[in-house]
Amino acid sequence: MKAFTYQRADSVRQAAAAAIKSGAKIIAGGTNLLDLMKLQVETPSQLIDINRLPLDKIEETPEGGLRIGTLVRNSDLATDPRVRQRYGVLSRALLAGASAQLRNKATTGGNLLQRTRCYYYYDVTKPCNKRSPGSGCAALAGFNRIHAILGTSDDCIATHPSDMAVAMRALDAKVETVNREGEAKAIPIAEFYRLPGNTPEIETSLKPGEIITAVTLPPPPPGVQVYRKVRDRASYAFALVSVAAIVDNTRGQIRSARLAFGGLAHMPWRVAQAEQRLVDAPANTTTFNAAADAVLEGARGFGANDFKMPLARRTLHSVLAEMTRT
Amino acid sequence: MDEHDSNAGPNKFKVTRRTVIETGTTALLLTTLPRASLAAGPADDNEPPPVKVELQINGHTRSLTLDPRTTLLDALREHLALTGSKKGCDHGQCGACTVLIDGRRINSCLTLAAMHDGHSITTIEGLAWGDDLHPLQAAFVEHDGFQCGYCTSGQICSAVGMLAESQQGMPSYVTGDLTQPAAELTDAEIRERMSGNICRCAAYPNIVSAIKQAAGMPT
Repeated sequence: MKAFTYQRADSVRQAAAAAIKSGAKIIAGGTNLLDLMKLQVETPSQLIDINRLPLDKIEETPEGGLRIGTLVRNSDLATDPRVRQRYGVLSRALLAGASAQLRNKATTGGNLLQRTRCYYYYDVTKPCNKRSPGSGCAALAGFNRIHAILGTSDDCIATHPSDMAVAMRALDAKVETVNREGEAKAIPIAEFYRLPGNTPEIETSLKPGEIITAVTLPPPPPGVQVYRKVRDRASYAFALVSVAAIVDNTRGQIRSARLAFGGLAHMPWRVAQAEQRLVDAPANTTTFNAAADAVLEGARGFGANDFKMPLARRTLHSVLAEMTRT
Repeated sequence: MDEHDSNAGPNKFKVTRRTVIETGTTALLLTTLPRASLAAGPADDNEPPPVKVELQINGHTRSLTLDPRTTLLDALREHLALTGSKKGCDHGQCGACTVLIDGRRINSCLTLAAMHDGHSITTIEGLAWGDDLHPLQAAFVEHDGFQCGYCTSGQICSAVGMLAESQQGMPSYVTGDLTQPAAELTDAEIRERMSGNICRCAAYPNIVSAIKQAAGMPT
């Protein structure tokens, strides 16, 4: 680990002012950042610990949604009775991620900002445009079984590893931030993440010194909520494919649907066209395949991850069939 | 060490296998490595200012001045000689370093000691009362919940945290109905909830039995 100075933040604005400096990093749970620092993938010269800030509450919003403080731990969010009752897809996605020990430490904001588990990003001896812009992408022709099939670029085929963010994408969450001037923003999660393009090192729309303070959830949409995760082990593994689905259906007729996917792209993946194909459609194989076609439009495999195309289709089919079974 | 007080008295100078290993290891390390390198990897030219930390460990206040890079695990093992918490992968993948902070289980390798100023930490050394083993320790012995034993302290600390979580009504990924206040512990629940602790000897069936016994379930 490279040497750094350690400082505890007393206020969000103070943290934002400190974080704007080159080499400074915010630390909350630290479960991803310290892992990367040990490998010298991340080499901050200053750590700003925000764990003592009062950002660990879950509150009702006037609109009937929830406002989740950025320091709420993943396990506390998954366990909150309001989340379990009204946002089951989020609770289930959180419980699908990592291990109990990590969930007890990992925070809401940190989970959103966690970095890809691309092997080449983690290996400082290999080219990686995300870690070292301009050095190339070793995954393109390398061992790319876990990599993206949608929204990729010639510079990066990494996936976003979060389960929580996939559920939040389906729920149309907003990411609340504050900058060092104290200005607050609410960024729709659809605009929060970026495709890799030719700047895969820039993963979100956050500006330097802009700090996540909360995530807000609008009132839950009608329908059943499911989070299905397909992975190499039964537990404690990242998704090969995951689906967050919220489907409202009556006697085999779908009224509305929301679908977000993990494991397929550089960010949680949602396709409006796929959801539209389900609206007012009968819950049958033809409908499910039409939705899958829309999700996978433009999909491209890189050899070892070609299997993700049929896997995503079958997982979606299975989830929709389960949710609309009469 | 306070934790070893129960060894005082007639056995004070008894040499055990552990004493020999600890002494030998320490002597070797002192002759070959500067202390900072143990905690933080290769030393840098510009050493950052140290941080003062006060930790409540197993009921005792410990004040330390540490390189900010020192993980909680390294603080326990290298600065406080509490070597019960093990360093397996050092990346949060194996669970051998599991300790309880304010009663909640975490990976001590993936957190900085400096982040826990004032926190109450329980390690495997803090579970027993003198010679009276914690029920989970006793159950692990009775059910042979280990072979090499390297993961065991992490398994036991994790199980202590897991049973508390279960009692508090925390659901898991395999819990059928999330809207129910508390899931009943089953083999599947225990296995899912303990998935952050890897046992390379694969003593899993006996670990599950030990946990069930400690939880008062039929084994």
